[in-house]
Parts: sequence; C-alpha cells; structure tokens
Amino acid sequence: MSCYLTTPKHMNFYTAFGTVLLLLAITAPASLLFGFGGAMLARHRIAPLSWIGKGYIAIVRGVPDIAFFLFFVIALDQGIEWVKHKVVCSDWDQPIRQGNDFVVCAQAKVPLATSAEWIHESYAFGTAVLTFAIVFGAFAANVLFGAMRAVPRPQIETAEAYGMSHRQAFWRVMVPQMWVYALPGLSNLWMVLIKATPLLFLLGIEDIVYWAREMGGSKTARFTDYPHGDWRMWYFLALLVFYLAFTRVSEIVLDRLMVRLSRGQATAAGEAQRRADA
Amino acid sequence: MKNLVLSTAILALSAGLATAQTVRMGTEGAYPPYNFINDAGEVDGFERELGDELCKRAELDCQWVTNDWDSIIPNLVSGNYDTIIAGMSITEDRAQVIDFTQGYTQPDPSGYLVMSADADVKGGVVAAQTGTIQAAFIAESGATLVEFATPDETVSALRSGEADAVLADDAYLQPIADENDDLMMLEQQEMIGGGVGMGLRQSDDELRAKFDAAIDSMKADGSLNALIAKWEIGPGF
Amino acid sequence: MSCLITIQDYGLRALGIGERLLPKEDFTLCQQFTLIGSGMIWNVYFGTLALLAGFFFAITLAMGKGSNNTLLRKPAEWFIFLFRGSPLFIQFFFAYFLFLSLKQVSPIFNPFTSAWLGALVVLFCNTAAYSGEIFYGALKSIPRGDLEAADAYGMSGWSRFRRITFPTMLRLGWPAYTNEAIFLFHATTLVFFSGFPAWQQRGDALYYARYFADKTFNPFIPYPILAMFFIILTLIVIAIFGVINKRLNRHLPQSSRPKMKLRPNLIR
Repeated sequence: MSCYLTTPKHMNFYTAFGTVLLLLAITAPASLLFGFGGAMLARHRIAPLSWIGKGYIAIVRGVPDIAFFLFFVIALDQGIEWVKHKVVCSDWDQPIRQGNDFVVCAQAKVPLATSAEWIHESYAFGTAVLTFAIVFGAFAANVLFGAMRAVPRPQIETAEAYGMSHRQAFWRVMVPQMWVYALPGLSNLWMVLIKATPLLFLLGIEDIVYWAREMGGSKTARFTDYPHGDWRMWYFLALLVFYLAFTRVSEIVLDRLMVRLSRGQATAAGEAQRRADA
Repeated sequence: MKNLVLSTAILALSAGLATAQTVRMGTEGAYPPYNFINDAGEVDGFERELGDELCKRAELDCQWVTNDWDSIIPNLVSGNYDTIIAGMSITEDRAQVIDFTQGYTQPDPSGYLVMSADADVKGGVVAAQTGTIQAAFIAESGATLVEFATPDETVSALRSGEADAVLADDAYLQPIADENDDLMMLEQQEMIGGGVGMGLRQSDDELRAKFDAAIDSMKADGSLNALIAKWEIGPGF
Repeated sequence: MSCLITIQDYGLRALGIGERLLPKEDFTLCQQFTLIGSGMIWNVYFGTLALLAGFFFAITLAMGKGSNNTLLRKPAEWFIFLFRGSPLFIQFFFAYFLFLSLKQVSPIFNPFTSAWLGALVVLFCNTAAYSGEIFYGALKSIPRGDLEAADAYGMSGWSRFRRITFPTMLRLGWPAYTNEAIFLFHATTLVFFSGFPAWQQRGDALYYARYFADKTFNPFIPYPILAMFFIILTLIVIAIFGVINKRLNRHLPQSSRPKMKLRPNLIR
C-alpha cells in the first residue's frame, strides 16, 4: 500500500496542495494591494478618480461569482495577447478573429509557443492569481474603505492641528489605526479566500480537486499497476479534512492577531485589555 | 484556461532539428486506451505513442498538454494548444468549428456497457460523457440521457444503479467489461461517428497538411496498424 | 413572432417540458435568453426551499450553540464548523459520492443522488450553518436590558423566547441574513457544476449558459445574460427581505431604524 501512495502520480497530488498554499500566499498580499489601491481611489478627493474606485468595487462584487471566474480568464488571456499583438506585430494584415479562431501572430503569443513547459505553467498560474487578486481585491477594497472611515475623525483632526499635511496624516495616523477596524472583515475574507481555492479547478489549473477526481476514479489493471474501484469518496474526504484543518488553524491565528492588534487602540477590546493589565 | 501538467518535449532527431516548430498537443488524459495518465503521472496510451511518432515523422517538436473534455475545443480555438488528439470522432458539428486530419482509426462502433443482458437501452436511462457523439445520439434516441463530465463517472453511475447502460467507444468499454465480472457488453452496437482524427484550428492548414502526410506514411508502412493492434483500438486499415 | 415559439418550446425545458432536443445550430439571442431563463427555475427552486427550511434549522442551531448544556452546544458547534469550514464546492462532490455509497446500503437513499433532493439537502445544511452563526451572533448581542425587563415582567421559558429573544434576535441578525440569502442564490449555480449530473439536459441557468458558451465558443453573450438574470433575482430578494426588515423594525422610532447594508459575498 505504501507503494501506491508514493507513485509519481500521487506526488503530483501532494504537490498540488503546495500549489494551493502558494496561490494563497501570493493572492492574499496581492488582493490586499488591489484593495488598498481601490479604497484609496474610492475616497480620493478628485471625483472621477473616486468614481473609478467605487466602480471597480461595485462591478466586481455585483457580478455573480462563478460566471465571473469562468469567462474572466479567457478574456484576460485574449486581452493580453491582443495588446501584445498590437504592439509587436503592427504590420499584421490579417484579422485577429478568423471565424471562430482567435489568431495573433506567433511573436505575440503569451507565452511564446516555443517556451519551456514551466513557463506555460507559471503563466497559467499567474493569470489565475491575477483573477483571484482582482476579485478579492474588490472585496478587500470594500473592507478597507469602511475601516478608513471608522477611524475616529478627531484623530485626523488632531494630526492636522499638529501641522501634518493631508498625506502625512493619512500615512502616519489613519493607516496604522485602520487595521484593527479592518481585521474582522479581512479575516472573514481570508476564510472566503481559502474556501474559494477549489475554483482553481475551473480556471484550468490541475489542483487538488483535479487530482482527487483523476486518482479516485476506478482503474483497470491493463493501464495501471494499482487497479481499484471508485475511491473518489475517500479522496474527497481527504480534501474535506484538509480544508477543515486549514480554516480551523486560520481561525485560531486570526483570533490571536486580533488580540495583539487591539492593544492600545481606542476600541472596546483595547479598553478591556488596558483594564485587565491595570 | 491554460491547462497543463505533464508534458514532455520529444527529443529532436538530430542537432539540425533543434529549431523544429513547437506544437502543443492537447488531450484529455482520462480515456484509456486512447489517452490516460499513467502511474508515473505522464500522458500515456495509444494516442501518446501515435502522436510522438507523427511528430517525429513531421519533424515537429511536440509537447503534451491535458485539458478537461468539455472545454477542449474552446481552448484549441483560443490558441492554448495547437492540436486536439483525444479520441475525438470526426463529426459534422465539430467540423464546422475546427478542422480534422484524416482519421487515424477506422470508425469505432460505440457499445453499451450494462450490468445485466436484459437492460433496456431504448427506453431506459443511458449515461454518456457530456459533449460526446454518444451523448448527442442518446438525446435523439428514445432513451433518457444522463450526462457526466468524465468517462469514468459514467461507469460509476452504471455501478451505482443511476443508469441502466453506458454508451461509449467500444475500445474504452471493452477492457472494463473484461476485468469486471459484474459488467458486460451488449451485442448491439451503434455506428456513430466517422473515425477518430486530430483536431486543428481552421486557420492552421499548413500544420494539418503535415500531420495528414505523417498519418499517410504511417498507414503505408503498417506502423499505424501495429499501434492499433497493440492498444486494441479496433480493426486496422 | 418566432421568439414566442421559442419560448413555448424551451420556456420550461429545464423541467423537461417542451422540445426534447436543445438547439444545435443558428443560436439566436432569443434561444439563449429563454433557455438560461428556464434554467433559473432550478436556481429559484433550490434557493427558496433551502432558505425556508434552513431558516428553522438555523434558529435551532443558534439556540443550541448559545445553550449552556454541553450536549446541545457541542453538536451545534460541530455542525456549524463542518459546513462553514469547508468549501461548498467540495461538499457537493463529497455529498454526491456519499449518497452513491449509501444507496448500496438502503434503497431509501435512491432519490438523494438526483440533484433535486441531494443538492437541496447540501444547500439546506450549508445555509443553516451560515445563518445559524449569524443568528448566534445576534443572540449574543441582544441588549441585556431587554432580557432583564422580560424577567421583571415574570416571563420565562417559551413565552420569553417567543416574545423577546426570538424577535430581537431576528431583528438584529436580519441585515446579515439578507446577505446570506443573496449569497445562497448565487451558490445554487454550483449544483450541476460539481458532482450532481444533469438528467436529459435539464440543468440550471449556468448549465445552459455553459452549453451555449461551448457551442458558440463565445463566452461574451451567455454569461452576461446569466449575470443579468441573477441581478434581477438579487433585486427581488432584496425587495422581499427589505419588506420583512421594515416589519421587524416597525416599533422603533424612525431615526434608530437600522438601514439595510448589503454586502453580497463571493463564493463560499
């Protein structure tokens, strides 16, 4: 049995768990960045900029979930190739859409057809990360936008009274304080993000769901050394346990983080800590 | 949707061929003996051997890519890989969207896999993979169609009593019937589809000509028949 | 005129009524609208029934989790953790295989492998767990004064629950519960996507949208149509829940009535 669980195919399955963790590790900061940018835009003093920020938040959040994932990656992929095509092959005289086909010149392919396999894989992974980051960025923007407004107004006024510029007040007073207001929303978002990772499967990445389905399916002896019946239930049970453990650990870590961040803050939790210490 | 795991570049025949055109071969990897993922996690099967040989003869540098069946045509059309070599039967409907090379198998009859010989394939429930010629066939016959995303799920559905029969290519079902005592093939077969060919974008005439020529040469020297016999795909040419 | 015929042929296709075969070529906008709209029947069916049944179970779970009795609290906590801690996507896959296995044990489980019941059970448990957590949070934030006042009036047990605890909990949890409802309707699109097979090409809205995207190789028409249908559905849900919210808060002075804050969530 130990041999069965260590076939190279199973190694692919185990690596896929790494892929999921890697996706989370990259997507979380990336969407925070998108979210921060979106929130800053949304509260910008110049009206058109603030409309762009608010529009980004509203559009991404308004579109039903899976439908967005299903067509966004194709659209993104074709969009990138189209732009590169316009830049690289300006003398191309054939239409890009030939009937059903989407044809760009060979130099504009992203990645180039000749590039190594790992580049293709990384590119596919990259578009998936970008899709996740844009979608979750909109959610994060919404949370951060709310958190920035939750910072007590007198704090900013005090900062300005001390002669800080608008920018200084934002970076030195507002940003350090907003995290404690943003954390509940962001932790919720992190939980949602963990639970959205099986969607990688829809984006065409061969993730844990793909391998669980492939390996759990029944195998006949002609094509494998380890024939077995339909074991998909057990593979999916393993996935279920993985996700439950992961969300549980996240919950504990985030709770601790909340305690740490509340220290010295002008919130009920911060006040309670101060009293307990005193 | 770029979908790739395992792919192997074929070694170039000689130093002079190092700059050969790279062709990405899209397959499903879940339809033995045509194509499947072996224990080593690589694409294997009749089409793997065939494709490698064709690429050698056409002096192309081939990489293998796997993609889900239900989005295999859209991803070809949008350029994520250059050919479909996935046990895809040549049909009118598909030919409107993509081009096919000549068939590299004889038209393979589709067979019914059943639990008992008296299963009702005319009025009962028949399982098939979504988007296959078999699914389209059942939708038009009198039977009740139930669709699944992968061929393996159709067989599970038969076992669990969800369906009375599975309709799929004979070559796929036969090994399953041979190895399982509780499953058998019906004598009745359906002649649907016109042989299996490689799918290419309609704008890729040059590449199609290369593969057609390579298939011709394999037909001529009998190596195609040898492969068909080895993987028990059906009658040879 | 021909569009009327299309609607006649395909309007109820998702239920198996009307034309047997799906359109094969020359896809018109009308066909796409009609079939995707016809698929919405299933989304509404799953969403509405799961929500109605899940509501009562959610209240039970919230009371259980808030209870001092360990025998009541632990099962409720575990149930909520199980369904909130794992992706719905995986739950569907797993539930389908589980029902298939159970079917071998007893024929009672036969209907569970079809989407209309099996997926409904999963969605029911799922929404019950999420709303249970929402109502538990609301239960914890009921002002102490309200409960003390109830005690002072000599209310206890059932009458205190019915007249004070329950209505206040409902009122406090309602805005979050509205989001959960919207969220649930969005989640119904996963039914035919993972695990549960479509019978005779009777599927939900996403099933047909994918059918058209596959056939026409153009994702830019069917998915926006799907989005439009869902936006309409979301607006209807918001309207209905808004009316109930108004009723729940009718005793409060105008100024202190909480505004409904809509935060539709992504995938679970």
